Amino acid sequence: MAVSNDGTPFILTTVEQMVRWGQKNSIWPLTMGLACCAIEMMSLVTARFDSARFGAEVFRASPRQADLMIVSGRVCHKMVPVIKQLYEQMPEPKWVMSMGSCACSGGVFNNYAVVQGVDNVLPVDIYVPGCPPTPEQVLEAILRLRDGIAAGDPKAGLPFIQAASIGEAGRG
Amino acid sequence: MAETTTETMVLNMGPQHPSTHGVLRLIVEVDGETIVRCQPDIGFLHTGIEKQFETHTWQQAVTDSDRMDYLSPLTNNLGYVLAVERLMGIEVPPRCQAIRVLFCELSRIASHLVWLGTSALELGAQSVFFYCFQAREAILDMYEATAGVRMNLSYMRVGGLMYDIPPQLPAMVARFLEELPRWISDFRALLDGNPIFRERVQGVGVLTKERALAFGVTGPSLRASGVPWDVRKAYPYSGYEKYSFDVPTSTAGDVWARYEVRMAEMEESGKIVRQAIEGMPEGAWKTDDRKVALPPREELHRSMEALIHHFKLVAQGFPVPAGAVYQAVESPRGELGFYVVSDGGTHPHRVRVRPPSFYNTSVLTRLLEGCLLADAVAIIASMDMVMGEVDR
Ligand code: SF4
Repeated sequence: MAVSNDGTPFILTTVEQMVRWGQKNSIWPLTMGLACCAIEMMSLVTARFDSARFGAEVFRASPRQADLMIVSGRVCHKMVPVIKQLYEQMPEPKWVMSMGSCACSGGVFNNYAVVQGVDNVLPVDIYVPGCPPTPEQVLEAILRLRDGIAAGDPKAGLPFIQAASIGEAGRG
Repeated sequence: MAETTTETMVLNMGPQHPSTHGVLRLIVEVDGETIVRCQPDIGFLHTGIEKQFETHTWQQAVTDSDRMDYLSPLTNNLGYVLAVERLMGIEVPPRCQAIRVLFCELSRIASHLVWLGTSALELGAQSVFFYCFQAREAILDMYEATAGVRMNLSYMRVGGLMYDIPPQLPAMVARFLEELPRWISDFRALLDGNPIFRERVQGVGVLTKERALAFGVTGPSLRASGVPWDVRKAYPYSGYEKYSFDVPTSTAGDVWARYEVRMAEMEESGKIVRQAIEGMPEGAWKTDDRKVALPPREELHRSMEALIHHFKLVAQGFPVPAGAVYQAVESPRGELGFYVVSDGGTHPHRVRVRPPSFYNTSVLTRLLEGCLLADAVAIIASMDMVMGEVDR
């Protein structure tokens, strides 16, 4: 922070950095509980883990207000079309976290009913293995997403905002 | 003048809906605000767990049971291991029984806490959710100290347990039991005197005794309709007959009654936990049948026989005599039954589960008819289903 001649403090930054600063501090997850992992996902917002410290506590029930899809648990074939539709309904920029061994690779369920990894159907940004992963692990993943956004994750930042406002790339 | 026509509207609720407790989908036909018909659509979490049992050895399959009702994994463990133990005719030592009861009751409290937190959240009382999860963390800490994980413990084994309880557990339980009454009165202070909560749950979603029985509803939902049926009393297992506790019931059958019954159940479970930890017998915590339970580590260094047993158990598992058995336990949601069939091999031939949530969900078709759409949320929450168990 610098100070101008008349004593008013001011900050110099680029618009790009400011946008990224805003994006990284408001990663709102989608309320989508699938299986056991969803209970640990719920624990994330409670007093002990308090994801509000990182601006990620606002679970949104509508995909149109969400930035992060936490695929919390096993993805079964009947659920795939639903998950795909939810993903498409989320506005960009959006991220997908694959939470739990089941979502990452099918976990213990190597059988006819479970998709062997949600990355077969969605582009996954970050994997959190564990059965279920502890809320600390999920927080760590959110922190890494934040670091990525600050450090130039191509999904985030200004180019997207411009594209959205001029209606480029069919996003407008 | 144009003719007025009336027609109903079909609404889709779920499977991604904050108040369907997982991935339940309801197809609701509404006339204005009133529900005329409701059709649950399940299977969004069908994991093939029953089939999965067949691919694991008898011991490995314990891990499959956790993942059905993930809010009270230990009750599932217990149902399964009791069934296998009955097939094999194994008696577990009294200390093992007491530890099993202790953990089942702790997980009943933990499960009811999740139910209370989420159902209050759905009716707009957010703070209750945070207090409930705070209290639940105390139980998860005990799980973690004992089995190393917070959920899906797979702590029970055919013929005993994974480990003995850690030395610090009795103190943790004592502290928890000291806090529990205060927590429960806090929850009650937040909800009982809250006119909005009362208005939304009293007289709503009345489940009659006849209907509950006809649909096979069990657990707190059945007891809230006036049937004092509890497997722990009717067919005691794991030494439940030695504990003194009441089975809370109510006759109103509405959402409020189910709330009251579960709140009282938490207190009763607290009593059982106290009796279990205070009267904890000394001695072995798993069977000394070397054909089933792993030999102690020290024995491996000096006994060839122990080494052979260890190798066989790990590499191959143990065979279970051919036969079939049905074992029911009282899970926080009702009668959880395991029908286990063995063909004499080292893997289960068939495991069929009677999940209480499935029957409690099926009654929604009737329960929601004629009620307001806004009440549906309260009613669904009061049946406390876990979709992992419904779909398996
Ligand atoms: S990873 Fe484990 S805890 Fe998570 S959904 Fe799968 S079985 Fe459940």
